[in-house]
Amino acid sequence: MSTAAGQVPAIDIKDLHKYFGDNEVLKGIDFHVDDSQVVCVIGPSGSGKSTLLRCVNRLEEPTSGQIMVEGIDITDPETDLDQVRSRIGMVFQQFNLFPHMSVLQNLVIAQRHVKRRGKDEAVQVARRNLEKVGLADREGAYPAHLSGGQQQRVAIARALSMDPDMMLFDEPTSALDPELVGDVLEVMKDLASEGMTMMVVTHEMGFAREVGDKLVFMDGGVIVEEGDPAEVLANPQHRRTQSFLSKVL
Amino acid sequence: MKRSTRRRLTQAVLYAVLLGLVLLLALVADWDAIRANFFAPGGFDSAEAWKELFTVGVKNTLIYTAIAFFGGLALAVVLALMRLSPLGPYRWLATAYVELFRGLPALLVILFMAFGIPIAFQWTPPGGSVGAGVIGLVLIAGAYMAETLRAGIQAVPKGQTEAARSLGMSAGRTTVSIVLPQAFRIVIPPLTNEFVLLIKDTALLFVIGFLAEQRELTTLARDAVSSGPTAGTSTSYIQAAVLYLIITIPLTQLVSYLERRQRRSR
Repeated sequence: MSTAAGQVPAIDIKDLHKYFGDNEVLKGIDFHVDDSQVVCVIGPSGSGKSTLLRCVNRLEEPTSGQIMVEGIDITDPETDLDQVRSRIGMVFQQFNLFPHMSVLQNLVIAQRHVKRRGKDEAVQVARRNLEKVGLADREGAYPAHLSGGQQQRVAIARALSMDPDMMLFDEPTSALDPELVGDVLEVMKDLASEGMTMMVVTHEMGFAREVGDKLVFMDGGVIVEEGDPAEVLANPQHRRTQSFLSKVL
Repeated sequence: MKRSTRRRLTQAVLYAVLLGLVLLLALVADWDAIRANFFAPGGFDSAEAWKELFTVGVKNTLIYTAIAFFGGLALAVVLALMRLSPLGPYRWLATAYVELFRGLPALLVILFMAFGIPIAFQWTPPGGSVGAGVIGLVLIAGAYMAETLRAGIQAVPKGQTEAARSLGMSAGRTTVSIVLPQAFRIVIPPLTNEFVLLIKDTALLFVIGFLAEQRELTTLARDAVSSGPTAGTSTSYIQAAVLYLIITIPLTQLVSYLERRQRRSR
C-alpha cells in the first residue's frame, strides 16, 4: 500500500462485494484514496464504478467487505452515518438541487440542520462558496432558471458548504451540453489544486490525465488496472483497458 | 358532392336536430308547474331566504368541509408515511385503514360515528352529533387523500432523497424539508378535487339531527321545503343547487388550470 506509515487513507476499501438481487456488481474491490489525492474511475457502463462511489457514503448498502473513511468504519452499524456523510461531499450526474428552494436556500438548509450553524454563518459560508463557483449573482434564482452547468456548479457549492473532507463526483458532466462542461471541470480543477481529496467517476479522459493523481479502470465489477493517469491512458497494460480506451479516445 | 359541402350539410342537420329538440322540450314543458314548484315566490326573489342560505347554510357547509379537509389531510400525511414505512406492521395498518374507509359508503360511516359510537361509549363528541358526523368525514377523506399523497411522495425523484441524505440530513428531516414540500406541490390538483368532493359530501350530514344554527346547505333547503314561504315546493333545492355550483365550478376550473400548468412545466 502506498500510504505513508502512520497516515490514514481518506478512503480505504477492502474486499467489497455488492449484489443487486442475484447480480454481483462489485466482485471484491480493494481500493484506496489518499489525502489530497484525485482519483478518477473510468470504465464502461455497468462496470460498477458508480456503485463503488455510492458505497463510499453508503447510498448503496455494501453486501460484504469493509469501507473505512478517514479511519472510521462506515459499515459498522454503530457509526453515525449522517455525521460521516456530512463530511463527504457528493455531486450527482443529475445535479439533484432542491427545486422548491432558491440557490441560497439549497446551500443553507443542510448547514442549519446538520452542522447546526446559525443563519448568518450559514449564509456567509454559502455566499463564499457561490463566489468560488462563479455564481455569486444567482443566489436568489431557483434551479429551474439555471442552465445545467450552473446547476452543477451550485450542487458543488452546496456540497462544499458542509466543509467536507473529501468530494465524490458521480459523472458530474455526463448530463451537460458539451459547451457547459468546461465551466464545471474548471471548478473541479480549482478544488483539486486547493488540495481537496476527490474521487471522480467520469468519462472526461482529458480531466483524468491533467488533474488526476491516479486512474482506475473498472470492468465487470472488478478493478482491471490502475496507475498514473497519463501512463494508463497512453500505455494500457490490460487488453480490456486497451479495448475500452480505443473506443472512447 | 364536394367533401366540404357535405361536411357543411352534416353540420346543418346536426344543428337542426338540436334546435328541434330544444323547441320540443320548451313546448312540452309545463311552465306553470315549473314556476310553481321550482321558483315559488318567497324563494329566489326573497332577500331573507338568500341571507339565511348564505349566513347559515353556505357558512356551515364551508366550515364542515374545511374541518374534514384539513383534518383528513393531517391524517393522510401520517397514513401515507406509514404506507411507505420500512416497518411491515405500519404498512399493514395503514393499508387496512385505507381499504376499510374507501370500501364503505360515507353515509354508513357518518351514521356510525354520529350514533353508534356515542351511544356505545356514552361519548359526547365536540359539536354534538354534527361534530361526530364531521369526524366521520375526516376519517373517509384521510383514507382517500392518503393514497393521493402516497403517489405524490413516490413521484418525487429518488435523487432528491439521495442528495439530502448525502449532505448528512436525517431521514425525518429529509422527509419534512425535501420530500413532502415537493409531494404537496404535485398533488395540489387532486387535493383540490378532494375538497370539491367533500363540499358535496357534507350534504350527507343531513341524516343527523341538527340544531338550527348548525344546519348546512342541504339540510337548510330541506327544512325550507317543509316550512316557510316556499314550503311544499322544491324552490329551496334549486337555490341550494345554485349556491353549490357557485362554490364548486370555480374550484373545478382551478383544478384544470393547475393541471394544465403542471403538464406544461414538465
